Amino acid sequence: MTAAGLSALWSHWWRNKLQLATLLAGLALATALWSGVQAINSEARASYDAAAAVLGEGQFDQLVPGRGEAIALETYVALRRAGWQVSPVVEGEIGVAGTRARIVGVDPLTAPGGSGTSVLTTPPEPQDFLGTGVIFAHPSVAEGLSARVKQKVIADPGVAPDTALMDIGVAGQILERSSLSSLIVWPEQPMGRAPLSDIAPDLVRQSAQETAEVGRLTDSFHLNLTAFGLLSFVVGLFIVHGTIGLAFEQRRGMVRTLRALGMPLSRLIGVLALEMAGFAIVAGGIGVLLGYVIAAALLPDVAMTLEGLYGAQISGALQLRPDWWLTGLGIAFAGTLIAASGALWRIAKMPLLASPGGRAWAVASGRTRGLLGLSALVLLAIAAGLIVAGQGLLLAFAGLGALLFGAALALPALLDRALALAAGLAKGVRAQWFWADTRQQVPGLSLALMALLLAAAANIGVSTMVSSFRLTFVEFLDQRLASGLYIQAESAEQASRVEGFLQPRTDEIMPLLYVDTRLAGAPAELYGVRVGATYRENWGFLAATDAAWEDVAQGEAVGINEQMARRAGLWVGDTLRVAPQVQLPIAGVFGDYGNPIGQAVVSEALFLTQYPEVRPTRFGIRVGDKDAMRAELLAFGLKEPQIIDQQVIKDFSLSVFERTFTVTAALNVLTLSVAGFAILTSLLTLAAIRVPQLAPAWAMGFTRAGLGKLELLRAVILAALTMVLAIPLGLILAWVLLAVVNVEAFGWRLPMFVFPLDYATLAGLGILAAALAALWPARRLARTPPADLLKVFSNER
Amino acid sequence: MLLNVKNLTKSYAGPDGTVPVLRGVDVTLGTGETLALTGESGSGKSTLLHLVGGLDRADAGEIWIDGRDVAQLGDAGRAALRRSQVGVIFQQFNLIPSMTVAANIAFHARLAGQSDAAREEALARALGLTEQMHKYPEQLSGGQQQRVAIARTLAARPSLILADEPTGNLDEGTAAEVIDQMLALVTEAGSALMMVTHSMALAKRMGRQLHLSQGQLT
Repeated sequence: MTAAGLSALWSHWWRNKLQLATLLAGLALATALWSGVQAINSEARASYDAAAAVLGEGQFDQLVPGRGEAIALETYVALRRAGWQVSPVVEGEIGVAGTRARIVGVDPLTAPGGSGTSVLTTPPEPQDFLGTGVIFAHPSVAEGLSARVKQKVIADPGVAPDTALMDIGVAGQILERSSLSSLIVWPEQPMGRAPLSDIAPDLVRQSAQETAEVGRLTDSFHLNLTAFGLLSFVVGLFIVHGTIGLAFEQRRGMVRTLRALGMPLSRLIGVLALEMAGFAIVAGGIGVLLGYVIAAALLPDVAMTLEGLYGAQISGALQLRPDWWLTGLGIAFAGTLIAASGALWRIAKMPLLASPGGRAWAVASGRTRGLLGLSALVLLAIAAGLIVAGQGLLLAFAGLGALLFGAALALPALLDRALALAAGLAKGVRAQWFWADTRQQVPGLSLALMALLLAAAANIGVSTMVSSFRLTFVEFLDQRLASGLYIQAESAEQASRVEGFLQPRTDEIMPLLYVDTRLAGAPAELYGVRVGATYRENWGFLAATDAAWEDVAQGEAVGINEQMARRAGLWVGDTLRVAPQVQLPIAGVFGDYGNPIGQAVVSEALFLTQYPEVRPTRFGIRVGDKDAMRAELLAFGLKEPQIIDQQVIKDFSLSVFERTFTVTAALNVLTLSVAGFAILTSLLTLAAIRVPQLAPAWAMGFTRAGLGKLELLRAVILAALTMVLAIPLGLILAWVLLAVVNVEAFGWRLPMFVFPLDYATLAGLGILAAALAALWPARRLARTPPADLLKVFSNER
Repeated sequence: MLLNVKNLTKSYAGPDGTVPVLRGVDVTLGTGETLALTGESGSGKSTLLHLVGGLDRADAGEIWIDGRDVAQLGDAGRAALRRSQVGVIFQQFNLIPSMTVAANIAFHARLAGQSDAAREEALARALGLTEQMHKYPEQLSGGQQQRVAIARTLAARPSLILADEPTGNLDEGTAAEVIDQMLALVTEAGSALMMVTHSMALAKRMGRQLHLSQGQLT
C-alpha cells in the first residue's frame, strides 16, 4: 500500500517536473546559503580552537610581559626556583614563501596537558621533538618552512593555520632570540610560594578567560554571518513553502481519491512525510555541496577580514567537515518540515468528502489577511520592545527577526491597500480590470514578494551599515594616522637616541607610552600622549568638554574610548581612576573603531609620574617629506621594518574592509537572486491556475499577447511596490544594526549615513529581477493555445 | 446478507440550523444483487452511499457489511473496508491525473495488495481501453474516463460496488454504453451493486429500486 501511495504521489512530480525542479532548487538554495555560512563559521572556529589549543588559551592562565615583548630567561628560572609551575613559550613570526608563519616553541616536558604537542594528530616521539628538533607545521606553511629551515618539517593538520610548533630551543634558533614570550601557568601551584610581584614584578598574569578573547570577539562577527545565513535560508524557505503549498493543493483531488480507495489517513500522512524526507535528502545534499562552493569562494575574504579585525588567523582553505554536512542536511530537513507542516496539517484536517477544488490555494480570504495583519502587528510590537528595551546581542537579533517577519507578514495587507487605492483611481474598464486582477494575484504571489522584501531590506540594511562603517572608518583612519611615519625602536635606549635625532628634523614627535592595566573594572590600555597640534586637529571626540585636549594636556582630565565609556557606563563629566592615587574627570569620549579593548588617554607628563619606568619605544612623527625622512632614519641606523608609513597601515586597513564588503556584497547578491528565483517559481506555479482567470478576459476582447504584457507589468508593479516598502524597512534594519547590534557586539555606535543612489539602484535591480522572472511565464501565457483557453468554458476541463 | 442498513440517520449543520438528510433508513442487499437508489436532489441518496462506503459517519443507526458494523469502525478500519470490500465509482471519475490509464486501473488493486495484470488487461479490453493504456486522464473523453474508473473498481474485486451517478457527466449514448459494460462486468464478477441515479430508465435495469424522499424511503 505504501509503495502504491508513493507511486501515486510521485506521479504528480513526474508530470510536473518544473514544479519538482522549483521545489528542489528552492530547498537546495536555502540549504546552500545556510550551510555555506556555517562552513565558514565552522572552519573559523576550528582554526581558533587549534590556535588556542597550542598554548592552552582559554584553559590556562599565562604570564606575559607588562611592557615590551620579552621575558628574560633569568626571570623564568627565578620563578621555577620559587616554586612556580610554569612552562616557557617562545613565539614570533617569520616570512615563508610570500606569507607569514607563526613560530611557536614549547617545552613539552613542562607544558601542562591539553597544550603544546597534544594538538598534533600524531603525537611525536620525545626524541624527535626534543632530540632532532622535528617541526610540526600546518600544511599551509609546511612546504615553505621546510625550504627555509634545516630541521625536518612534518605537515600536521592539527596545528593551527599558518603555524609551526616545535621545541622551544628550535624556535629560539629560528627567531634568533634568547628571551621568552610568555609562560603558561599550571592550574595547580604549590602552597606558600613567593608572590609574583616579588619575583617578577614586570610580568602580568592573564587569566584563562582573557586569553580566550579572540573567540569571544569573533563570536560577534560569526553571529552576524549566521544571521545573514539564516535570513537567506528563510528567503529560500518561502520558495519551498510556496511550492509545497501549491503541490499539496493541486493534489487535494488525488488525496481524496487515495482515501476513498482505502488508504488510511495516517498512512497517507506518513507517505507524504516520506516523500518530503526524500526531497530533503536530495535537495539538502545538493545544497550542502553548493554551500561548500559558496564557502570556498568566500572563505579567503572572511579569513582576511577576521585577521585584519581581530588578528584571528583562520585557514583560507576549506575542509569538508562531517559536522556541517550533517548540520546542512539537518537544516534541509527542518526547512522542509517547516515548509510542509502547514500543508500536512491541512491534509490531516481535510474532510474525506471535501471538494478537490474547495480551497483555491492562491486566493486567501479576507480572514487570512486579517490574521496575517494581526500577527504582523504583534511581531512589530515585540520587535519594538526588544530593540528599545532588550539587553544583549541575542535579544537584539531576536528583535531584528521579529521586525523582519512582522514586516513580511504585513506586506500582503499593505499591497492590497495600495492596489485598492489604484483601482479606485482607475478610469477605463481595462484599467479597472487590471487592478482588480492584480489584487487577486497578491495572495498567490505574497510569499515570493515577502522573500523579495526581506532580501531587499537585508541588502539595504547591511549595505547601509557597512558603507556607514566605511565612511566612519576612513575618517577615523585619517584622524589616527595623520602623523605620517611611525617609528618602532628596538629598545628604550635606541628610542631615546632616535628621539634626539628627530627633534630638530620633524614638525612634531608623538611618543607612545602605554601600559596594560585595569580601568573601570576591566582590562584596558592606558596611554600617555604628548598633546600637540596633531591630536588637537585630528583626534575628534564623539562628546567632549569645550577644552578637552587642553585639560588632558594639563594633566587635569582623561579621554576615554567609546568602548570603555559604554561598557562602564561612563561619559563626559564622570570621573575615572587611572592610577591608584589619580582620579580624573573625563574630558572627552573618542571613537575607536576596530579595537575592542577599552583605552584611556592622559598626558605624557601625568603618565610618567605614575609609571616612571616606562620608556617609549614607539612614536609617530609629522614630516613634510616622508621619503627623505625615511632615508635619513635608515642612514641613522634604523632598519626598514622599524619605519612604518601610516599610509601603508591605512591602505591595509581599508583593504581588510574591502574584503568585508566583498563578503557582504556576495551574500547580498545571492539573497537577492534567491528572491528573484522565488518570484519566478511563484509565477510559474501560478501560471497553471491563471488560465481559467484570464480566459474570460480573452473571450471578452483582450489579446493573448496583451494579456502576456499585462502579466509582465503586474509583476513589475508588485515588485516596485515591494521595493518601495523595503527601503524604509532596510533603513530601520540599518539603524538597529548600527545603534543597537554594534553597541552590543563591539561596544561602539556608528553614525548612520544614507545612500539614496544605492537604494535606487537596488530598487531597479529588484524590479529588473522581478521583470526577468516574469518574462518566461508571461511569454508562455501569451502563447497559450486558444484550445486551452476554450477548455475553461467546457465541462471537460 | 452482504449489506444491512438499519435505522440510519444523518443530519448536517446548515446556516439556519440542523438539516436532517436521512431519517431512519433501512436497506438490505445480498451478494450479486443490484439496487438503484433514486430520488430528487437533496433527498439523501449520495449521503446514504457515502455512509455505506465509510466515507462519512452516521449520527445513528447501523451499517453491517459482511457481518461487520461500519459505524463501529475507526478511520483505519473504514479505510481497510474501502480498500478490500467496497469499491466506489464517482460521478466525477476521481482518477489520478498524473498516472496513466494503466496505472489508474491497477491502482486500487495495488492498494488492496491484489494486483493482477491479466485481469486488469482483460477489464481494459472489455471496456475498450486497450489503445488508451499509456494516455493520461486529461487526454481521454468523459466516457473513457468513467470506463477507467469502472475498471479500477472491478480490478480490486470488491464484494460491494457503490456507484454515485456514474453516468451523470456523460451524454445519453455514451451513458448507455458505459452502463451496459458495467452491468455485464459486475454480474460476471458476482459483486453487489448499489447505484445512485436520477434516470428512471437506468434504475429499471437494476434488480431492485428504492426511492428516497426527504431522507426517507418511500
